[in-house]
Amino acid sequence: MSSTKPFGDILSTIKRESIVTLLRKGERIDGRGLHEYRKIEIETNVISKAEGSALVKIGDTKVIAGVKTEIGKPFPDTPDMGVQIVNAELIPIASPFFEPGPPGEDDIELSRVIDRGLRSSEAIKLNELAPIPGEKVWIIYIDIYPLDHYGNLVDASGLAAVSALLTTKIKNWKVEDGDVVLLDEEKPLPIGEVPVFVTVGKIGDTLIVDPSYEEELILDAKITLAVTSDDKISGIQKSGLGGFTPEVVKNAVSLAINVADQVRKKLPT
Amino acid sequence: MRSNNVVLINEEGLRVDGRRPNEMRPFKIIAGYLSNADGSAYIELGRNKIVAAVYGPREVHPKYLALPHRATVRCRYSMAPFSVEERKSPGRSRREIELSKVIREALEPAIFVEEYPRTVIDIFIQVLEADGGTRTASITAASVALADAGIPMRDLVAAIAVGKASDTLLLDLNGIEDQYGDGDMPIAIMPRYNLVTLFQADGIFAPEEIEEALKMAREAIYKLYEGQKEALKRKYLKIREEVLSSE
Amino acid sequence: MPVYVRDRDIVVPGEPLASQLFKGEGAVYVEKRKIYAKALSVVEIDSESKVIRAIPLKKKYLPAKGDKVIGKIVDVGVTHWTVDINSPYPAILQATEVLPRPTDAARMDLSKILKPGDIVVAKVIVFDLTRDPLLTIKERGLGKITKGTLVQIDPAKIPRLIGKKGSMANMIRKALGVDLIVGKNGRVIIISDDREKEALAILIIRKIEREAHVSGLTDRIKKFLESYGIEVENNA
Repeated sequence: MSSTKPFGDILSTIKRESIVTLLRKGERIDGRGLHEYRKIEIETNVISKAEGSALVKIGDTKVIAGVKTEIGKPFPDTPDMGVQIVNAELIPIASPFFEPGPPGEDDIELSRVIDRGLRSSEAIKLNELAPIPGEKVWIIYIDIYPLDHYGNLVDASGLAAVSALLTTKIKNWKVEDGDVVLLDEEKPLPIGEVPVFVTVGKIGDTLIVDPSYEEELILDAKITLAVTSDDKISGIQKSGLGGFTPEVVKNAVSLAINVADQVRKKLPT
Repeated sequence: MRSNNVVLINEEGLRVDGRRPNEMRPFKIIAGYLSNADGSAYIELGRNKIVAAVYGPREVHPKYLALPHRATVRCRYSMAPFSVEERKSPGRSRREIELSKVIREALEPAIFVEEYPRTVIDIFIQVLEADGGTRTASITAASVALADAGIPMRDLVAAIAVGKASDTLLLDLNGIEDQYGDGDMPIAIMPRYNLVTLFQADGIFAPEEIEEALKMAREAIYKLYEGQKEALKRKYLKIREEVLSSE
Repeated sequence: MPVYVRDRDIVVPGEPLASQLFKGEGAVYVEKRKIYAKALSVVEIDSESKVIRAIPLKKKYLPAKGDKVIGKIVDVGVTHWTVDINSPYPAILQATEVLPRPTDAARMDLSKILKPGDIVVAKVIVFDLTRDPLLTIKERGLGKITKGTLVQIDPAKIPRLIGKKGSMANMIRKALGVDLIVGKNGRVIIISDDREKEALAILIIRKIEREAHVSGLTDRIKKFLESYGIEVENNA
């Protein structure tokens, strides 16, 4: 059952005051512009056992994603397509407020937001991953583990997932006697249009991107938008309490599109 | 990705069930549908059939979950195994867990939670039959159930989905359109505040389409809002009519 | 002087009632100088004193100091009982608020005095939302109830059952010759040796609960009693 969160961390009143006062002047406590990401660093192929992997840092936020692949059965409603499975786990390593145990609603929401963003934009060309339609197709597992939570885990997770996919190599294959035979040669995972995830937060009348941990604690509302390279939106999730007027939603969408390049240009090539 | 040959809009611009793109399905809302719950509602939207029940504010168990300065709000969205074509396993799916969260977050901003500290307000939603747009219809029903329970609120919340097929925005997707269409954008609004409290999307949308979808949703939501108000008042007005006519 | 509703209208949460030139009472909130309903309510407008009131049609009982309530013992502790008072907040009845003089409650078996299921008429002595309400039964008219019939209605309807200065409850008592104990928490105890009168009292209480939002309630109850051949004094 979904339940109002007990107060995890509470920002001190004086800190809140100084963040809000600065925002009114168009400034942020860490010196960034309102529409500026923290420093983004991406390291790929960090896990040799994974078919693709990436360690992403946005400021002090750190997320690792790994891709594993195998041949398996397709979903009954999409027999001629490979399968994409996204799983994110908010492990206790990343924050004193994350608890061990089976995935809760926050883990599941994060997984599903990333999954939908990738799926809608066809980040993986799943239609090229069905060697024997209806029988044997590629299963692409994308597992996301936040390691250090300093705000904006969604954008960092999305970036880690995309970066890992962009560097994923799968075994080439041939179909022989009704079976899939994996060959001893690799090829890049067939990639379509990859989105970047941009989270826009609202504090008072101000919209900011890439909210830091402290800013997240006092957001009135936040919305994540998956932005494609041709400036379309391939996924939306308003999350948390509060809301936006339709006008502000519109502003958040154009803002997300405007800043998406800050993130996109960091993607591994 | 959802490449297929299902025709969702015919040459006359009509949809599979004969609706126009900006036409909502007929709906019916009943407030006070159940007796045990403090508040309840039943909604039919097209072939969707959903019951929402509210218990509370009541004591929180276990007690450590109680919040000192406000009521806790809990929400459970659940689909009956027979509500869909292929039997759904009765266990909790990841989809149901996510929807329980976003539905709670869509409703909670409307509730004066600070009036009942250390208590819980439970919202239970049971989808009896699903035909596209269950999360939004659930929000519309649950909001009526909350008001029917006498819970202090700023406003009601009503919701509808806008989707897309053949580059056309479609209001209130039915099950087939949801399955074969190119996108789905569920939207909840607190009408008096014009505040969007649930907003999700999958599929590809241009910024102008998002703007247009919000407009379409808003119009439908105002109709649902009127239906919610009417449903809440109906029971009491009916008693008044009965009493006055017998005099 | 903008008023957006009429007297006796049913309103839902968020419905605008009047501008702030009126004084809002009951289930209302004020925003941008306008008064809104915050619960499903019936509206009362007093144009002379410029008061607009939203009377909730349903509500949970919130204890208040001095309220007479009817409680059910649900748990027995070492020095206190836990009492269900039909509220989100369970009440505590300390042994010292039951026993006649200072007694060492820890040495006694409290369940010999009051056991789970027992009904008490009690008064709220302390409540402030931060801690559970405390009760006493150490006053005249309070204590354990040993006979009678318990009826529970929505606490929002209790003021109508009591009536102005107790007029409604008194009318029922006199007309039927029954004893009526009315708890603010929505519980009513009817005490009568006449089972027919008792049944009639229950019918009337249910009628009040159902029709409280329709004006002319007192007259209807009088007529109802008269239809059963029961005289009602006019000054009741």
